[in-house]
Amino acid sequence: MNPLLAQLTAAETDGWWAGFQAFFVAPENAWAVSLLLVLIVGKTIPGMVSLLVWVERRGAALLQDRLGPNRVGPFGILQSIADLVKFIFKEDVLPGHVNKPIFLLAPALAVIPPLVVLSFIPWGANVAIADVDTGILACFAFSSLHVYSVSLGGWASNSKYPLLGGVRAAAQMISYEIALGLSALSVFVIAGTLRLHDVVMFQTDGLTIAGTTYDALWARILDWNLFKQPLGAIIFLIAGFAETNRHPFDMPEAESELAAGYHTEFSSMKFALFFLGEYAAMIVMSSLFIVMYLGGWTFFGVENLLTDWVAEYGAANPGWINWPLIVEAHLHVGIFLGKLAFLLWFFIWVRWSLPRFRYDQLMSIGWKRLLPASLLWFALTAVGVALVR
Amino acid sequence: MSYVKVSRRELTLAEKLYLPSILAGLKNTMSHLLRRGDNEITTMQYPEEKWDLPSYYRGVPVLVKDEDEREKCVACSLCEFVCPPRAISIIPKQIEGVVEKAPEVFDIDMLRCIFCGYCEEVCPEQAIFMSKEYEICGQTREELVYPMDKLYELGKTLGTDGGVKDAPKKWETLAREQGQQGLASDQDA
Repeated sequence: MNPLLAQLTAAETDGWWAGFQAFFVAPENAWAVSLLLVLIVGKTIPGMVSLLVWVERRGAALLQDRLGPNRVGPFGILQSIADLVKFIFKEDVLPGHVNKPIFLLAPALAVIPPLVVLSFIPWGANVAIADVDTGILACFAFSSLHVYSVSLGGWASNSKYPLLGGVRAAAQMISYEIALGLSALSVFVIAGTLRLHDVVMFQTDGLTIAGTTYDALWARILDWNLFKQPLGAIIFLIAGFAETNRHPFDMPEAESELAAGYHTEFSSMKFALFFLGEYAAMIVMSSLFIVMYLGGWTFFGVENLLTDWVAEYGAANPGWINWPLIVEAHLHVGIFLGKLAFLLWFFIWVRWSLPRFRYDQLMSIGWKRLLPASLLWFALTAVGVALVR
Repeated sequence: MSYVKVSRRELTLAEKLYLPSILAGLKNTMSHLLRRGDNEITTMQYPEEKWDLPSYYRGVPVLVKDEDEREKCVACSLCEFVCPPRAISIIPKQIEGVVEKAPEVFDIDMLRCIFCGYCEEVCPEQAIFMSKEYEICGQTREELVYPMDKLYELGKTLGTDGGVKDAPKKWETLAREQGQQGLASDQDA
């Protein structure tokens, strides 16, 4: 049974509306709720991506004293839709020299892993498509598949620049995945669980120092893993930038050296899918950062405002869908999306502020700085946790 | 020794960490976003805003009429001969009056024109001028061969009406040059 509806027991069976509610309340129909969430998340992400592309272009322009796209719709907000229409009607060129099956597979592989990972993200209390106990492992397992789309896309193109871009991407993403994983590991050492929902709850249960639990606002703020794991958070963020091929680590598509890198040969909707995949990966990485370091859907007690109402309604109306619970879920998702918006803006802000690293600098940062730093931090965390327990 | 060893300053910890300079960079771009200081939007909204062109700008060559709406061109074909890319083609016709000749057809192929301004310089009748018009577009090659009536229409952009109000500038320049020449020849004599 879906935990979202955990408070509901039996259902009345007269009338279509009661039948409708009974259908969703019945434990054996939990799949229907998941399917609903799949549809919502699956349809929202492309919309978010198109909005994000507009924010990126417009934000980039404003950071550079330009105006950016401002013609289509109010403030140019419909620009991405116009672009999408353009992509759909453009000729889909399939070059004769490519390895066709892999060439066709690569754009799909760019989109599927980020969308799969999004199903593990807890958007609110019990609002996740798949609330698995090994949440973070599943996330990393699927998000590391992203490297296949880039390297296979580059390789299947059978031309020089895409190949170089693909090779670079493979080396870069594998290098930074280690630092990413190690910094994430420290979080799970202190939280003592791999389930993302519990990691969020760990950040909101008040700060425990020397056996005393503090519940004041300052303690709630310091309870975020960002402040318990400052170095880990920075390493995770930097590695996350590299993992999503974003500036200042976008070597795989460094246009000054490699034309467009791994997606040079792709056109029309295949290119659009790579684009979608890149931005979806950004959303995934930001979501993971929020869940692990920024307290997920919680915001210093705001998330608990509706708890009493939910409990009352649940007690008064057994057997019915608990509508206040759904309102509360919206509140949680709203808080999450607010944090997501800030983090995505940070991605964009960094992109238009920093120059690209040189490739040897990229490798030396990954292997010589971030990896030892994350190992050291992991050791410190482990020792600290062992001493405290 | 053919090279000099330059000793570089050892970087401080803060510089090696990158992070302080990254924050400084972020602050800098944000100040541009928030328009702090003298940061202004530099975008020109093109079709609505346009360049303020200098007086010596050479755009589309155009034909002008005089104050009484008479054609000034006498179809002498000097511009046709001087035109380096041979963009101009003229067919003359006979007319009644003192001038006797006028163009029957006066075409300028804008795909060939290189905007050198030789036609304006060579014209003895001050009938052809380089305008400030630079928006040349068409969907076929034929459309971009500007016929005589279009050139006269464009000629009106030069002045407020009839197209000759701004035109005397060229005559003033010529008069000044000739005056100086006259002065020079006087001194020679």
